[in-house]
Amino acid sequence: MASADAVISIRDLRKSFPTADGGRITVLHSVTFDVMRGETLVIMGGSGCGKSTLLNCLIGELPIDEGAILYRTNEMEEAVDVTGLREREFNNIRRRMGILFQSGALFNSMTLAENVALPLREHSYVEESIIDIVVTLKLQQVKMLAHRDKMPTQLSGGQKKRAGLARATALDPEILFYDEPSAGLDPVTSTAIDELIMDLSSKLQVTSVVVTHEMDSAFRIADRMVMLDKGRVLRIGPRSDFESIRDADPASLSTADDRLINQFLNGYSDGPLTDAEGMSEFEKLIIGTALSEDRTTA
Amino acid sequence: MDGLVKNIKSQNGGTVVEVAGEVTLDESPKFHSSLLEIIKDSPERLVIELSEVTHIDSAGVGTLVEVFRRMKASGGRMFLVGLTPRVRGVFEITKLDRFFPILDTVDEALAS
Repeated sequence: MASADAVISIRDLRKSFPTADGGRITVLHSVTFDVMRGETLVIMGGSGCGKSTLLNCLIGELPIDEGAILYRTNEMEEAVDVTGLREREFNNIRRRMGILFQSGALFNSMTLAENVALPLREHSYVEESIIDIVVTLKLQQVKMLAHRDKMPTQLSGGQKKRAGLARATALDPEILFYDEPSAGLDPVTSTAIDELIMDLSSKLQVTSVVVTHEMDSAFRIADRMVMLDKGRVLRIGPRSDFESIRDADPASLSTADDRLINQFLNGYSDGPLTDAEGMSEFEKLIIGTALSEDRTTA
Repeated sequence: MDGLVKNIKSQNGGTVVEVAGEVTLDESPKFHSSLLEIIKDSPERLVIELSEVTHIDSAGVGTLVEVFRRMKASGGRMFLVGLTPRVRGVFEITKLDRFFPILDTVDEALAS
């Protein structure tokens, strides 16, 4: 059942991939949470925790094994499970989404202006003079106007990302997905992107789902946060919950999950996140048994 | 009137256009045509009243900027009035509020 104010409701989502030995490895286990209208939700976790897989499931790039992903955009009277939708039907919902990929995902054969204009030309009959104005507005928002006639190959990684954001917002999406928006950016550009994410949320009520492991950025932009570990939701809650865990003495935290989150948020090299890393396999190889799992699941 | 333009009236030497609804990508081509029809006689002062506009997107803003350019080129002046906080937010986020003539009421626009 989807919450009334949720734009996205993820229910018992399970996703696995085939392994080289003919088996399957499950990367998302019964993931359940809502993304509320107008909020910025940050999804965090270490490498391999499943956050990028989850993002790809949400945008329809990867099919899921079990569960449901329900969307309810402004024009929809009730939430729709997109996991059973045909491509064409899902595309109607996708039109309300913008996606900023890590690389910016620009077409190298087009100028920046043409890249940003592309969604407008594909999805509307708006006159070219108006498209040109919208492209100017979008490039100005990401401080890339001076580069409008350049080809993507002439740009740095950070510039490509900013241009990618201009294109992702060309159709004024209701929902924006960001895959590591700050990765590889200098601090000034990173802050500018964060401010734009916050502006889009506060002034235009855009719902943002941000996958990141850049903690400064995460704590700047998040209304709520989700911590994933080994494909499970360890904790979801308001930013203040995570700030409390981050600032606590690890010894004072009562659950292993919170100690793990504390270690991740502070970037400590020692803690539950790294204690078990490789140890099960190591122990198996050395003495033939596996380490017992003492972690409590939130 | 049809489409987004609900009323056009002449008032104190200006042309006041009342707009209502959602000024979006899909509506922009028709809205643009309506505004071009209104300004074909080169009014000196055009006031776009937006208090009944519930939503405007970038294409809607682009349409207003395009008409603003035409008005300016023909020596006329154009004002936007009655913006709701949500619509004003779109102008703020695009930084157009810094140089677009945005006022609270039609009377202010006609008197300025």
